[in-house]
Amino acid sequence: MFNRGVRNILLTPFLIWAGLFIFIPLVCIVWYGVTDYDGNFSLANLGLAFKHGYIDALKLSIVLALISTVICLLLAYPLCLILTERQRDNTTIISLLFILPLWMNSLLSTMAWQTILEGNGIINQLMRLLSLPDLQLINTPGAIVLGMVYNYLPYMVLPLYISLTKIDRRILEAARDLGANSWQTFTKIILPLSIPGAISGITMVFIPALTTFVISALLGGGKLLLIGNIIEQEFTFQYDWHVGCALSVILMVFIVLNMLLTAAFERKEEEP
Amino acid sequence: MKKILVLLLVSCLALGIAGCGGDKKEEVVYVYSWGDYLDPETLKIFEKETGIHVILDEFDTNESMYPRVAEGAVHYDVLCPSDYMIQKLISNDLIQPLDFNKLPDAKKYIGEEFFKQANHFDPGNKYSVPYCWGTVGIIYDKTKVTDPVDSWSILWNEKYKGQILMQDSARDALMIPLKLMGQSMNETDKNILIEAQAMLKQQKPLVQAYVVDEVKDKLINSEAAMGVVFSGEALIILRENPNMAFAIPREGTNLWIDGWVITKNAQNVDNAHKFIDFMCRPDIAVMNFDYLGYSTPNTGVKDLVEDEELKNSPIAFPSPEVYKGQETYQYLGNQMDEYYNSLWMQVKVD
Repeated sequence: MFNRGVRNILLTPFLIWAGLFIFIPLVCIVWYGVTDYDGNFSLANLGLAFKHGYIDALKLSIVLALISTVICLLLAYPLCLILTERQRDNTTIISLLFILPLWMNSLLSTMAWQTILEGNGIINQLMRLLSLPDLQLINTPGAIVLGMVYNYLPYMVLPLYISLTKIDRRILEAARDLGANSWQTFTKIILPLSIPGAISGITMVFIPALTTFVISALLGGGKLLLIGNIIEQEFTFQYDWHVGCALSVILMVFIVLNMLLTAAFERKEEEP
Repeated sequence: MKKILVLLLVSCLALGIAGCGGDKKEEVVYVYSWGDYLDPETLKIFEKETGIHVILDEFDTNESMYPRVAEGAVHYDVLCPSDYMIQKLISNDLIQPLDFNKLPDAKKYIGEEFFKQANHFDPGNKYSVPYCWGTVGIIYDKTKVTDPVDSWSILWNEKYKGQILMQDSARDALMIPLKLMGQSMNETDKNILIEAQAMLKQQKPLVQAYVVDEVKDKLINSEAAMGVVFSGEALIILRENPNMAFAIPREGTNLWIDGWVITKNAQNVDNAHKFIDFMCRPDIAVMNFDYLGYSTPNTGVKDLVEDEELKNSPIAFPSPEVYKGQETYQYLGNQMDEYYNSLWMQVKVD
């Protein structure tokens, strides 16, 4: 579209941005992660990550992030199907309702969940009205998963919805003409064609869920620490930037792994 | 809108000219204190009386205050840290000895026993003047807790599973099992500390949440049956929720003291002394006491308190038995600090 000179000029601001705010910070994180207080090279920080049970926190983070990603996918897929089916009706209102939480500060909405789930919260007050026993909801892994699903569901809905609307209606009509029933149309055509959207949705939910510390801090009561909380505490409370950075590096490995997996998956899909 | 802008500009100019008119430099003092830890009214009085302009910055934890002072990025004159942090500042040569000749009200009104207690973290009382003090205890819901609350061991009682709130801070968390074991809260023997840590791990299933400032809201709303709180917080909770009661366990507790200190690189040392002494004046101390609710080491305050209920509150004005013989946190050195923190982190991760 542009000749090379114009392209380079247009690219420069982004390159400067990427260098200053992406590349240099990354180098700093890795540098801090593999050095000790005196600036000498040391793998002790990385080793520490495997000692204090931090690995358990990482496992818990991965498990909870996976669970919430699956729930988001299961909730979002039927919704997006319905939205694309009845394209001209009141879809804007429905999609607006799902996007709306994004406009609200996630800290506030998570605090709202706190008051809903608390021991004397709204749910338990309802339970008491119905003479049912109280539920222990807050400070459980379930509460954290709920918070993640609530916060990240829009990130699953958006790419899925877009990939589903992009499917050419004529392909579906052709499938019907050739005698495929609804189930076959779904499994053979809609599902495979929506996979790229599902994959970007999965990535967009899994990564923030894996790294969150706000949701787990507010809904986990400080008893359930995810890897994000540990990194946050290493930085703010313990002033140990070296261990904090080492943990960030380990976490990054998992994020890169996730991205490689999805990339490999996408490539396989593109092949005939 | 335009008019307002013009007015603003004019007033700025007028101020600027007035500023230039005086031939002496404006007197200032830079104060770095806990958030909401002073009655703002007292600062106005100070400015009116002395002509010294107070520039107040606030911090939320000792730990967040320390690096800003240590790095010297901002020059503060007066700080208000807690006991162990004062000791850390002394040992790292960041604060200077006070000139008590310039602090007549501090000498006159600050209770002797508090200077004695401050001796633990400020040997010889050279560097600090106590400002507020308090204890840590258990606040509990009288309708839910049937056992007598007089020991930390109630926090290990299976009956109250899911009803206990604990402080989310390494020193405060480990203080409790250490006291229960009859050890010092400034313990440095790693074997004893690991034992204390094991007790916290064992307690974890009973704990509803590890909290900091949220503890007040949770207990006011009866979210839990009991919680570990500072005495000042206890006063606020008691005011809001009449079902609550506060007890200091018989094994002993932390007697914390926050004090005024002057930094090593202070630029306004005289003004800093004037400010500290002003804060010790009984009529000012009583304003701050009314505003904060924290116990004051100022012996002149009790007679000036008008609210009878507050005046007779054993939490605001504890009898000497409560604090006699209690320990105060000491700075245990950087490595020990880190050790405490890592022990606590492991409890939370466990």
